[in-house]
Amino acid sequence: MPEQPLSAPLDIGFDYTRSVGPVLGRFMTALAQRRVLGVRGSDGRVHVPPVEYDPGTAEPLDELVDVAAEGTIVSWSWVAEPLAGQPVQRPFAWALIRLDGADTALLHAVDTGGDPASVHTGQRVRIRWADKPVGHIRDIAYFVPITDPPADAAPTAPAPPAATSPDGDAGPVDTVITPVHLNYTHSASREESRYLRALADGRLLAQRCPACGKVYIPPRGACPTCGVPTTDEVELPDTGIVTTFCIVNVPFLGQRITPPYVGAYILLDGADIPFLHLVLGCEASEVRMGMRVRAAWTPREEWSTTLENIAHFEPTGEADAPYASYAHHL
Amino acid sequence: MTEVAVVAFAQAPNVRRTHGTTNGVEMLVPIFDEVYTRTGLSKTDIGFWCSGSSDYLAGRAFSFISAVDAIGAFPPIHESHVEMDAAWALYEAWLKIRMGEVDTALVYGFGKSSAGELRRVLSLQLDPYTVAPLWPDSVSIAAMQARLGLESGRWTETDLAEIAARSRRDAAGNPRAQFGGETDVAALLDTDPVADPLRRHDIAPVTDGAAVIVLASAERARDLADRPAVIGGIEHRIDTPSLGARDLTTSPSTRLAGEAVGTDGVEIAELHAPFTHQELIVRDELGLADAVRINPSGGTLTGNPMFSAGLARIGEAAQRILDGEATRTLGHATSGPALQQNLVTVLERG
Ligand SMILES: [Zn+2]
Repeated sequence: MPEQPLSAPLDIGFDYTRSVGPVLGRFMTALAQRRVLGVRGSDGRVHVPPVEYDPGTAEPLDELVDVAAEGTIVSWSWVAEPLAGQPVQRPFAWALIRLDGADTALLHAVDTGGDPASVHTGQRVRIRWADKPVGHIRDIAYFVPITDPPADAAPTAPAPPAATSPDGDAGPVDTVITPVHLNYTHSASREESRYLRALADGRLLAQRCPACGKVYIPPRGACPTCGVPTTDEVELPDTGIVTTFCIVNVPFLGQRITPPYVGAYILLDGADIPFLHLVLGCEASEVRMGMRVRAAWTPREEWSTTLENIAHFEPTGEADAPYASYAHHL
Repeated sequence: MTEVAVVAFAQAPNVRRTHGTTNGVEMLVPIFDEVYTRTGLSKTDIGFWCSGSSDYLAGRAFSFISAVDAIGAFPPIHESHVEMDAAWALYEAWLKIRMGEVDTALVYGFGKSSAGELRRVLSLQLDPYTVAPLWPDSVSIAAMQARLGLESGRWTETDLAEIAARSRRDAAGNPRAQFGGETDVAALLDTDPVADPLRRHDIAPVTDGAAVIVLASAERARDLADRPAVIGGIEHRIDTPSLGARDLTTSPSTRLAGEAVGTDGVEIAELHAPFTHQELIVRDELGLADAVRINPSGGTLTGNPMFSAGLARIGEAAQRILDGEATRTLGHATSGPALQQNLVTVLERG
């Protein structure tokens, strides 16, 4: 039975920072003051949340009007197991809520203390404000029924960070920050998995395209030139040349080596495609195109299924490869 | 202007989870081979390539570039990509042929939905200021849409279960469907809702998959297929992204696209409806008569490969003509929350 491909968690996150413009800016500024604004559309309808352009006529809109902090449920659905980031972190209802004074519905969460029988269409609900509004849609923590609201406060997702206003805390909101975190299972291809498992044994496993004969490391799954699977395995030595390189002089977040240092394309002997790695063991200014290098492996007991088993490449001191021998790999 | 025809369609098996990568190569290489074999074309014969996929599904930037490996893109190819269902990539390829720039095009879509938490990832297609920060998932939004129809009497829970049962019955005849078979409507209705009011059978499964369509100018198509499926019309329209400003029991964009292509005389329609009630909305807006056969493939409820399910609807509709089973069919694709954006195409025997 063939080995299963390798996989690993891939957790990514980013704080999306968005400028809001004049219409949404006034909406967000009002939220920070625990007020809700709508915008009057071309047909006189009041949209909440406000839209910048009329959905029917595409006319730019800018007449903002106050609406109430309570309204009526137009439709709803029940969430038995809240997902990460959702406003209420116990069973709750999503609802389309038409606030008094508005003609369109706002999508938000309704907390009934976890009871699915306590929500219905036509129900009157009221905003429960966040403790510290910052000018963000999450300043509306959630809604609760006006009649028989739950006895306790709902557990909520972490509040978004406040954007700093150029005019200080009291100034208009011009930016909203929304952290986004996503979780994936990233799978390596079968070919990459064989390559990574070989690395754990200190071997460099490439594959040759059966059509054009090119040798790929890491193996690609399909030859990008021919579009056929790369199948024939080739073990490569840990020596090669620098095809091209750059000297990193700029510090950046997450950097592990103090600049200046060299990032280079390394073409292993017998390979047709170079990969990116570090060249250390000499002054950055001594690194040249065509320079012969050898892998510097980490201690064997630290090896795992990663190219990080090779700490860096360092010069062998052999004569440089002539330009013509690698010109077609640049 | 040049007429355009579908000359071949293939899809990867619809499965809950593949061991493949998020760049889709493992799913694409075999189905490219299928359409090459069927048409006699090779990659160097293809004038234009266009794909649909999403980095949000893959969790990494420019994931579609790796998929180009499946093509064998050397010497350099004429290529484009949409971050949408590949039905919209087909629209772009249709334009290229209409304009006479090329006479063949290969369109593909792929997605590994199982890599992340699909319904949560899909929150990020919503308004990034006032909606997405709340993380409303795709199933919950569809559930609110379903309730509007249930409480207004537009449809009943039995109507919805019957759609699920018919889809599963039809899927039994589709070897690439994720599942299928006989089910009892009463038994379906006896289950608890998973996103009240939606039950499990109302919701399309999470599916890894891919699909490919080869287009050719009508003139070229005659050499590539016995019965090319000529695109009689293709149109797409969009509704406002403001969910609360729409009547969610209707889909004006579907109606407008349908009116623009003309749906009269359609015998078979493949509708991209990831939720049972959405089939009723789309069917109504397209004005399809009761006699029109809906989703003989089993449809999206028995396999919902993100970013290729819409293309596969067009492919399934075209296949009925390629196989000589029908003379006029319809393919529909949707994108965005609660049927926000819709594409309709009518295919005809040439
Ligand atoms: Zn090759």
